[in-house]
Amino acid sequence: MEFFDVFLLEAVINGLLLGGLLALLALGLNLIFGVIDVVWISYAELMMVGMYAIFWMYTIQGAPLWVAFAFGIALVAVLGAVMHWFVIRPVLSAEPINQLLVTGGVLFFLQAAATVTFGVEFRNLGVRLPSVNVGDINLSMARLIAFAVALSAIAATYLFLNRTYMGTAIRAISQDRAIMPLMGVNAGRIYLLTSAMGGGLAGLAACLLVLQYDIHPAIGLSFGPITFLICVMGGLGNLVGGFIAAFVFAQFISVGGFVLKIEWGYVLAFTFFIVTMFIRPEGLFAKRR
Amino acid sequence: MLELRDVSAGYGSFQALFEVSLSVKAGEAVAVIGPNGAGKTTLLRAISRLIDARSGDLSMEGCRYNDLPAHEVIGLGIAQVPEGRRLFPRLTVEDNLKMGAFTPAARARYRERLDFVYSLFPKMKERRGQLAGTMSGGEQQMCAIGRALMSQPKLLLLDEPSAGLAPVIVQSIFELVRRIRAEGYTVLIVEQNIQQVLKVVDRGYLLETGRIRASGSSGELLASDDIRRAYLGV
Repeated sequence: MEFFDVFLLEAVINGLLLGGLLALLALGLNLIFGVIDVVWISYAELMMVGMYAIFWMYTIQGAPLWVAFAFGIALVAVLGAVMHWFVIRPVLSAEPINQLLVTGGVLFFLQAAATVTFGVEFRNLGVRLPSVNVGDINLSMARLIAFAVALSAIAATYLFLNRTYMGTAIRAISQDRAIMPLMGVNAGRIYLLTSAMGGGLAGLAACLLVLQYDIHPAIGLSFGPITFLICVMGGLGNLVGGFIAAFVFAQFISVGGFVLKIEWGYVLAFTFFIVTMFIRPEGLFAKRR
Repeated sequence: MLELRDVSAGYGSFQALFEVSLSVKAGEAVAVIGPNGAGKTTLLRAISRLIDARSGDLSMEGCRYNDLPAHEVIGLGIAQVPEGRRLFPRLTVEDNLKMGAFTPAARARYRERLDFVYSLFPKMKERRGQLAGTMSGGEQQMCAIGRALMSQPKLLLLDEPSAGLAPVIVQSIFELVRRIRAEGYTVLIVEQNIQQVLKVVDRGYLLETGRIRASGSSGELLASDDIRRAYLGV
């Protein structure tokens, strides 16, 4: 029985570590939705592009790892801005369903582009970080680093949103778009900046994931839907709600997967999501409208 | 300071303003009065460039600005307190004020302006950490005026500051307008509450169905038979 408890604790800790990563992804998606009111269904595919960019820079070009990481973050940030300018901006006043569909189109486009460029083989950087043993608990160094970096990035984003003029404008714009010009705010610039920030966060997530997972064109599907559900559960656009929901979701996946089987973790998590939606359709932490 | 010549504007096929001309000189307080639906809010929206003037000229200190993007109008020194206050309800009072100082020029003076607004409205200093949406209507109006003052505007536009407020609060809002005047601000105020507003301004224009029907000093307008009959009920 004692053995069981240690492994359960390990599952809880792993869930916590996964939660940090999911919270980072949810933050980016929520930020964009909160400001622009469009859900980027292809958000995790931006992250996939970042993973390939890091792979290309590090493994193929032979650049140092930190250069590859910086390249990945910068590229996805630019990609976020490009995505806004060329894909979202033209449909800003279109029906929400059309906005969703164009981002869905980007999802398939990026998947296909990755397949054409890199093939369907699983790739990895060949970087293996050691594991850490605390008593009987065995933890992956890559996950610990990912957790620490993700939380730092979330904290930095929080400070940016609360301390700077730009950040305050980002929070304000979702509350009253129409009067932003009276404040001297160019809403188009805020949109572009937010999209680049959302992209940068996806790029950062790519750096963290590339140390733990193999890269393949469909990797976005392992994270995209779950990120979206987390955001919906936390109340779309509610950054704090998304943060909490990420950790709740991760526990379902990790502990559920430990107690039953790995796949059952996801089943439990999604069941929890469906039940939540029946009880509180606007999300667990819906903001007052 | 502000000069409108033959400005027409509207929404889609609906024309709300017909060749409106008016001017505001530095140091003046001017009111645009008129009934609901006369085009008063449209007029301020046109001045702030939130909608395009279809014809005519807008100029500020001799500069025509018909084609300036709306978010650059504040750079001319024109700040607007929109109808219904339009605070950011889930931002704190201080963050709302901060938004009023968003432009680079205003940021440089942020501290100084914040102190000024807090000295004008000590209540806002007490409430600085409170979410703006949780304050009373009168307090929100103070915050909205304070937000517009953060950019140190040359001209302050006030859109129906008394609308939706309890009568006792309405009194204090006009008292505020008087104090802002005393601080040396040039004010253009749009109001339905004709009797009250004419007491705090120098001059006024009467706007009806998108046209200027009358203009004159406050005293002249208050004494005018037409206005007395139609709006003051005497």
